[in-house]
Amino acid sequence: MGTPLPDKDDLLRQYRSMMRIRRFEEEAARNYAKGRIGGFLHLYIGQEAIAVGAVDALRDQDYVFQTYRDHGIALARGMPAKAAMAELFGKDTGCSRGMGGSMHFFDVERNFLGGWAIVGGHMALAAGTAFKSRYNGEDRVTICFFGEGSTNIGGFHEAMSLAGLWKLPIVFVCENNQYAMGTPLERTSALKDLSIKAKGYAMAGARFEGHDVTLVQERIAEAVDRARTGAGPTFIEVLTYRFRGHSMSDPAKYRSRTELEQKKQLDPIQVARERILELGVEEAKLDDIDLEVDEEIDAAVKFAEESEPARREVMLGTVYAEEGEL
Amino acid sequence: MRELRYREALREAMLEEMERDERVFLMGEEVGHYQGAYKVSEGLLDKFGERRVIDTPIAESGFAGIGIGAAMVGLRPIIEFMTWNFSFVAFDQVISNAAKIHQMSAGAIHVPIVFRGPNGAARQVASQHSHAVAPFYVGIPGLYVCQPSTPRDAKGLLKTAIRSNNPVIFLEGETLYGVKGEVPDEGVEELIPFGASRVARHGADCTIVTWGRPYYVAMAAAEKLAADGTECEVIDPRTLRPLDMGPVIKSVRKTNRCVVVHEHWPYGGPGAEVVDRVQREAFDYLDAPVERVTGLDVPMPYALNLENEVLPTEERVIDAVKRVSYAK
Ligand SMILES: Cc1ncc(C[n+]2csc(CCOP(=O)(O)OP(=O)(O)O)c2C)c(N)n1
Repeated sequence: MGTPLPDKDDLLRQYRSMMRIRRFEEEAARNYAKGRIGGFLHLYIGQEAIAVGAVDALRDQDYVFQTYRDHGIALARGMPAKAAMAELFGKDTGCSRGMGGSMHFFDVERNFLGGWAIVGGHMALAAGTAFKSRYNGEDRVTICFFGEGSTNIGGFHEAMSLAGLWKLPIVFVCENNQYAMGTPLERTSALKDLSIKAKGYAMAGARFEGHDVTLVQERIAEAVDRARTGAGPTFIEVLTYRFRGHSMSDPAKYRSRTELEQKKQLDPIQVARERILELGVEEAKLDDIDLEVDEEIDAAVKFAEESEPARREVMLGTVYAEEGEL
Repeated sequence: MRELRYREALREAMLEEMERDERVFLMGEEVGHYQGAYKVSEGLLDKFGERRVIDTPIAESGFAGIGIGAAMVGLRPIIEFMTWNFSFVAFDQVISNAAKIHQMSAGAIHVPIVFRGPNGAARQVASQHSHAVAPFYVGIPGLYVCQPSTPRDAKGLLKTAIRSNNPVIFLEGETLYGVKGEVPDEGVEELIPFGASRVARHGADCTIVTWGRPYYVAMAAAEKLAADGTECEVIDPRTLRPLDMGPVIKSVRKTNRCVVVHEHWPYGGPGAEVVDRVQREAFDYLDAPVERVTGLDVPMPYALNLENEVLPTEERVIDAVKRVSYAK
């Protein structure tokens, strides 16, 4: 399949969105090193085209689930960088008010239903939201992201089984970044082409490269349409690569510098940038976007720094929900 | 004696037992090529090869079950959970199978297996990654539960666990792995038996029962209290099942006061078990109700300021000791 011809304005918007994620995470990494962010921090750098392409294939009403590697999709979905950064800083103004941290972003207003930290644990939840859409006769779709390492756990199998059986309106997107922590795919899976798994659940399957945001959007849109029109779920394998370690504590010694450098040739942001220039846009226009993004992220850090710490009352008061009409 | 870190002590225990018994193998996520997510198994793949140090995909239920099956027919697996939080997806294997097989088969089948890994909070890893799991496992007959605090206990108990003919839950701690302590010299074999509490500090004024990371909090609190003239006797049970109450009861008869300090939630669990036994076995000796200092009864929040409130602190231990002593 050839690469579809992108619309200039769409691509500029997507470029900005990817750049926003990149800069956000670079700044997060810096602040982690300074000790202002704690716990686990899993960066999405290198995979941005998937989140951004996917979001443009969705409607606002659609439900989105992701693993702990969740900054990218949250920002792409429109979460303010301030709320995201404040969460990393453990502040009351964060998107989860300092309760969740990096791995547990939530933005219910934008139907982003979480970053989840137990591998495979969120997949049945995502299927559950698709079940609700069908139950209520809504034309909403759910999209659920996870890594290739998550395709071996029981949670994957059970969610896929039920979604396939009940033809739920859901798109499962496996972001195959080649490594589950330090383990390459060939040591975690007997299958090399994971999209074959779709067949075992009587689902449609797809497999494509994840560095071209236009292509990602188009291919995910096909699956979203299928789900929306009642034609059942899809299992998609997107081939990608993470440029950083699994988390901040992983020096990524298990892969060679050459491999990394080679993969960086297909940096989704560079790919989009070159495409935009080919379409005749002035370089200065892109530089302006970069500057605006820098300003937004700087403001987010400042906001996070200056915000009040997470509050005891929130911790204690949200263990149970209040009873009464909901 | 020499000094070792807790993680090195565990590694030595595995290494020595694997050298001693060919049936022992280590299986889990990132235990081999990556040298262990927390470097506990560093070097073991080089030494023993891929037959005996086995990297798995992320499939806890699968590899826990494979371990149990292999144990049923004679092998002696060490199954590493990258953290105990991930044991929940393997819960059925541990509870319904490992813990039941021996009695269900009227003793015909043995399950000599160790499940081990870091337990409890690891600093800002939030609610799904911060479980102190002892209460979930300690109530299950058929399982042994170890929770060593020191490098020496870690090594001696792990060796006993590997040689045990029963399934053993072995709870370590990410924040303990770097702790240094005395361990018997190379060539001096020490097997620490299950069900043998250790008196870590002597004192006549108040008994503190504690294990895991909070052991260090309680010991530090005891030093501060001593400076003010209150001498605490600190007792570490080391294994939570079997639970050796002998030294605790003996101590309470002397001090007439008891504080239990642990990381797990306050509802039930080994913490409440200790209190129950103290009130039954030393009721007439108590001068105050037994107090507990525990993790707060909430899911663990991410923010550091709140995590610090949730986990037991020296101040809370000191306050509890003062309360049972009716001191200001
Ligand atoms: C059930 C469970 N086991 C282990 C882990 C620890 N862990 C977190 S992420 C990860 C690797 C996941 O790799 P993959 O699914 O490929 O996603 P990626 O991190 O590459 O995005 C592991 C082993 C976990 N969170 N949950």
